[in-house]
Amino acid sequence: MSEPLVRVDDVARAYHARRGLFGRPVEVAAVDGVSFALGRGETLGIVGESGSGKSTTGRLVLGLEPTDRGGVVFDGAPMPKGGTAEWRRLRARMQMIFQDPLGALDRRLPIAEQIREPLDIHGVGDRLSRLDRVGDLLDRVGLGVDHGRRYPHELSGGQRQRAVLARALATTPDFLVCDEPISALDVSIQAQVVNLLVDLQAEFGLAMLFVSHDLRVVRQISRRVVVMYLGRIVEEGSADDLFATPVHPYTRALVSAAPTPGRRLVDRIVLGGDPPNPADRPTGCAFHPRCPVAEARCRVETPRLVDVGAGRRAACLLVAADATPNREAA
Amino acid sequence: MASASSLVRLEGLTVAFDGVRVLHGVDVELARGGTLGLVGESGSGKSVTWLAALGLLPTKARVEGRVLLDGEDLLAASERRLDAVRGGRIAMIFQDPASALNPVLTIRRQIGEALALHRGLSGRAIGAEAKRLLDLVGIPDAERRLSAYPHEFSGGQNQRIMIAMALAGRPDLLVADEPTTALDVTIQAQILDLLDLVRRETGMALVLISHDLGVVSQTCDRVAVMYAGRIVEEGPSDRLFADPAHPYTRGLIGALPPLDGSRRRLVSIAGTVPDPKAPPPGCAFAPRCLHSDRRCAVAQPSVETIEPGRRMACVLAVHRREESAGAASSLARKETAAS
Repeated sequence: MSEPLVRVDDVARAYHARRGLFGRPVEVAAVDGVSFALGRGETLGIVGESGSGKSTTGRLVLGLEPTDRGGVVFDGAPMPKGGTAEWRRLRARMQMIFQDPLGALDRRLPIAEQIREPLDIHGVGDRLSRLDRVGDLLDRVGLGVDHGRRYPHELSGGQRQRAVLARALATTPDFLVCDEPISALDVSIQAQVVNLLVDLQAEFGLAMLFVSHDLRVVRQISRRVVVMYLGRIVEEGSADDLFATPVHPYTRALVSAAPTPGRRLVDRIVLGGDPPNPADRPTGCAFHPRCPVAEARCRVETPRLVDVGAGRRAACLLVAADATPNREAA
Repeated sequence: MASASSLVRLEGLTVAFDGVRVLHGVDVELARGGTLGLVGESGSGKSVTWLAALGLLPTKARVEGRVLLDGEDLLAASERRLDAVRGGRIAMIFQDPASALNPVLTIRRQIGEALALHRGLSGRAIGAEAKRLLDLVGIPDAERRLSAYPHEFSGGQNQRIMIAMALAGRPDLLVADEPTTALDVTIQAQILDLLDLVRRETGMALVLISHDLGVVSQTCDRVAVMYAGRIVEEGPSDRLFADPAHPYTRGLIGALPPLDGSRRRLVSIAGTVPDPKAPPPGCAFAPRCLHSDRRCAVAQPSVETIEPGRRMACVLAVHRREESAGAASSLARKETAAS
């Protein structure tokens, strides 16, 4: 196997939060030992609920935030420290898009100028070729030249996200991190943007890290998927296998809770309890207080992410014992 | 479809803001103890419909039509009468429970207020009933938690508390507007389960407003799909999702990525929702519709029954009805042949 484009090795990041005005600061582990690799042109989805650390992972991978532990290797070399000149040069090759396109765009500049900006910053081509490139990019994301002359507030939500995407692609990056890029859009517009992302990913041969709480969208876009819970990966596998035969009890509950039109509430796993609080991490397996199959040892032993066969990894004491995922055929 | 047993019936409900019509005559009916899901994208009018029905829109909104609760027209009712109905016979919960609750009052005070207002309880009775309600909505350690403030609860728990407050007046109808949109998937499942449980225990009717087809189909027997201020299709949930009739409904379902089976390219609906200030002539969906022809730009399609209990507003409706009649007769033929 060739060297992956991005290798994330045991990264961790903690914040300090104060409880109440005079409370003592507590350490909150947002991401706690996450590792994965991403090949050129490959797509990896990160699924999780709020507090799972999925967004922080995206930011750590890009160097937008320093790691407390572990490191990221990009194209064979360690990721330079965020904010340095070396890191800025590398930024042309890795881009990020967020949930809120209006917040990501400058309200006072026409769209076309904002798409041209990264070309100016990274000194790509001369003035004329940059203008051509902006036209190409607008066309590629399904916007017209007249959209380029407009300001962000004159575009719809879906059009804005297309503009953000055009800007991200301006420097022909190798790597794109998308953090909930379609969550704020209406269903019919979501489908437009998902199709566009799939097309562009294939056309540009982008490696993509796609962060979302929406299992369906993640499956549509990603080839491999990791599921995060309280700052750690609990399961990893190919998108098709993972959603068809989830191994970890948390993934099983997530898949079962995803609403499907035309299906009523039957045989659904409804997890008890609240979403976990990273400031108050349970001992042992962090999922045990909500886990329907937890045993006594889950309270004390912390499961490690281990290979369970068929390209799957899972962090569950009970699954490790089984060794292989429960296949329908078995 | 008027029937004597209907609890609530909206007739020709229209809403206009500053002369701009956003709701163009909504007719819908809900039986006692029934469940109705209202789906649509932003701007479709699904929330405005119920805010208008309950007199909760700002005064500049022009609301016309009739909202019949057991035959009484709420749009003609006095403000005092409405105050008794709202929170009493009809309760409503919203997407963001944290902003609907008062941050400086304990949960006991807030539930107690509803109990005093709508049930005339006082003193000890309030405490006991508030505890019973918290138990019902699954807040553990209810007795002690009554003296806590909203910020001490999680988002999912606050939504449970909102449901408890809504139940305080023993409503005949609960209108839940995107009650799980701000919540995580696993918590969403809990709240939907709770709504279903509470409904079965109290026998109240439920209107669930959501942009999420899956959420609605899990909880509701009937579903109405709204687009640009009109109901474009309505019918039993299982039929509507198994065999969507209106091109917009089909588009919405096709736009949803599958969770199993092979991956297919998503069917996206081209274009965007029309601007209510400049609606297209004829059918509002025509500019985005794959099946539109000349007829669609001429006039708004009338609402037609396509099979018993199902109706839609589309020129394809006639075609559709013939098809289903044809299918029924061929089925009948098959049955006679078999016997």
